[in-house]
Amino acid sequence: MRFWPLVWSNLRRRKARTSFTLLSVVVAFVLFAYLAAVKVAFRAGVDVAGADRLFTTHKTSLIQPLPKAYQEQIARVPGVVAVTHASWFGGIYQNPNTGFQGVFQAPVEPEAYLAMYPEFLVPAPQRQAWLEDREGVLVGRKTAERYGWKVGDRVPVQGTIWRKKDGTKVWEFNVRGIYDGAEKGTDTTQFLFHYDYFDEARQFGEGIVGWYVVRIAEPTQAAEVGARIDAVFANSPNETKTVTEKALAQGFADQIGDIGAIIQWILAAVFFTLLLVAGNTMAQSVRERTAELAVLKTLGYSDGRVLALVLAESTLLAVLGGGLGLLLGSVAIAAGDPTGGFLPVFYFPERDVVLGVVFVALLGFVTGILPALQAKRLRIVEALRRA
Amino acid sequence: MRSLLHWFAQVGAVTATAVRTIPERRGASLATVFGIAGVVAVFVAVLSIGEGFRKTLRSAGSPENAMVLRSGSDSEMMSVMLGNAIEIIAQAPGVARGVVDGAEMPLSSAELFVIVDVPKRSTGTPANVPLRGVQPAAFSTRPELRITAGRKFEWGKNEVLVGEGALKQFAGLDVGTKLQWGRSEWTVVGTFAAGGALWESEIWSDARVLQPAYNRGNSFQTVIARLESAAAFDRFKDALTTDPRLDVQVLRETEYYGNQGRTLNAIIQGLGFTVSLLMAVGAVFGALNTMYSAVAARTREVATLRALGFGAGAVVISVLAEAMLLAAGGGALGAASAWLFFDGYRTSTLNWDTFSQVTFAFEVTPRLLVEGTVFALALGLVGGLMPALRAARLPVTAALREA
Repeated sequence: MRFWPLVWSNLRRRKARTSFTLLSVVVAFVLFAYLAAVKVAFRAGVDVAGADRLFTTHKTSLIQPLPKAYQEQIARVPGVVAVTHASWFGGIYQNPNTGFQGVFQAPVEPEAYLAMYPEFLVPAPQRQAWLEDREGVLVGRKTAERYGWKVGDRVPVQGTIWRKKDGTKVWEFNVRGIYDGAEKGTDTTQFLFHYDYFDEARQFGEGIVGWYVVRIAEPTQAAEVGARIDAVFANSPNETKTVTEKALAQGFADQIGDIGAIIQWILAAVFFTLLLVAGNTMAQSVRERTAELAVLKTLGYSDGRVLALVLAESTLLAVLGGGLGLLLGSVAIAAGDPTGGFLPVFYFPERDVVLGVVFVALLGFVTGILPALQAKRLRIVEALRRA
Repeated sequence: MRSLLHWFAQVGAVTATAVRTIPERRGASLATVFGIAGVVAVFVAVLSIGEGFRKTLRSAGSPENAMVLRSGSDSEMMSVMLGNAIEIIAQAPGVARGVVDGAEMPLSSAELFVIVDVPKRSTGTPANVPLRGVQPAAFSTRPELRITAGRKFEWGKNEVLVGEGALKQFAGLDVGTKLQWGRSEWTVVGTFAAGGALWESEIWSDARVLQPAYNRGNSFQTVIARLESAAAFDRFKDALTTDPRLDVQVLRETEYYGNQGRTLNAIIQGLGFTVSLLMAVGAVFGALNTMYSAVAARTREVATLRALGFGAGAVVISVLAEAMLLAAGGGALGAASAWLFFDGYRTSTLNWDTFSQVTFAFEVTPRLLVEGTVFALALGLVGGLMPALRAARLPVTAALREA
């Protein structure tokens, strides 16, 4: 389009103002990207929860253990395809302050657990090495990077609840594998080791597990199968409560509660405030040039062309600023979450990238359209007289 | 001396002109005020979450109380202590003695700390509410605790007391309610307040009744001991940590609660800092724009003043003063709205360190209000400096001609 030089020189008219406006738009969209990532973090897991996985916990609370003997009974419940278990370890790595926070550590049945979570991708040789080493541990990519671990490293973790039979606190593990997530939202912070090794070595609590993970044949039957499992253990010393993985994750999001919602509201409010301020400046800079637009019209520019010219200017500014902002935002998010590893899932979902692009387009249009319409309706004589 | 006075008079005159003409630049000035107000409101609001949370933890600690946990356990939830250790700790040097329920005894309470699923009022979904089993001396180690409705539970019965915070945030905990946990039924017999401390988020019962319900045999998790004085702590600690029969760590209660809430603090501070920083950058750009256009609008005026003999310094200060005034207005507006909307807002969230719910109120302290305003002024200064220098450097003749 041969009018680009004109649009461009209009933007360069007041370089300082244009660059500050541009930078505010950039900041607004960096913030938008953060908002999206924080939203995902606080909903940790709800969106990627496996529809065919159920969790069976103690009815009173998740911290109450269940007997290992329940496994076979659950496996016999109609509709259940597979069942495995995990337990809470809660150890400390290095010092308690930088600790192991945000890292889910659990003794599991290695083979069955990987079958239960096909979204954990492990190279076959590493998988084999982990299965064969009783003291082996499988670590998620994010945790491995956070602590700089490589396959073959020996990692001492201090137990807080669990000690070894000889009374010592430190459990040593060999990093045998590092898994990646099949999806962006997959939790790659986990630290998974052998239940058999853990159960034999621990000082007390032999033969108990934290909770069961159950795969069902038909996701639509989740409620029925859950009720059947709970019915098996009704009126036993350890009654159970079975919910879908999604419900469990949603429960945790609800437990974090309105803190998450409030932070999101704040971010959203800030985003729109910044847009408002930037938009105001963009609109103002067009209004200031009323006389020039009148001159253009005098020279024979049609109403439509003046409209297009003004819209092109605001859109260009929005696209440059917004595009750069979204880009910088996604780079910053990829570099890690701002809390130093406390949020296990932190990424910029594609859905929100699209939404961001829509906002960019809206910003360009809304800030341009009013002055553009004014420019279109401009009566040459009046505008020239006013100037 | 005369020249200094003269200079001040100049500054005053130019600044007054600048300020008087703000209404002519209403749009841009308002945008700056609101931009800065937004930044300050968010800054104060986010920090008030952390402030309220920390206050709840802080009020739970008394310097005269010591907490005993198994060594290597970083929270009550993770600790395990067997019955035989309890008596050794109670008899240790430094533990205060007092009369509890008519009997003279050491003021030490062995406690269980577990969680129980209770639905949240706001969502109806189950939340991990802390359930604490205590011994008779527990009430003497926490003198701020008082019954606000009903009565204390009877020792040996399946009865519970509910903290005021828990009562407000979680459903079905009113006095008289019967609760089914595991195979036993519990009755809520009263509620308590504890001066805003963490315990208000909890449900309390007799530890001896709770042990069988949670299959804990004769084990506990922590011991809270009232000391003869705060100074007796070292004596108490040395006696326990050197005792070969024990494997414990001893902390002042203040120290223990000071360390709690690390995860939540890190999240709030990490996010709060990032967001405030980004917003500050955005607001500075807004302020810069406003001040540049303010200088542009006043070009003729400034040039006239300079031609009349007003100094460059006076012009710089007048522009800066205008920027700071707008910033101060925005700062005050932002701080006030944060205080209005967020101070005292009650909520509950998951304290990751104990894996249980903690209820607390947002706390907009005077210190936060001051910090917010100082932040606003800093933004004004940064946003006003460059435009002020430009105003001072305007070549007088060119500026007069241009205008």
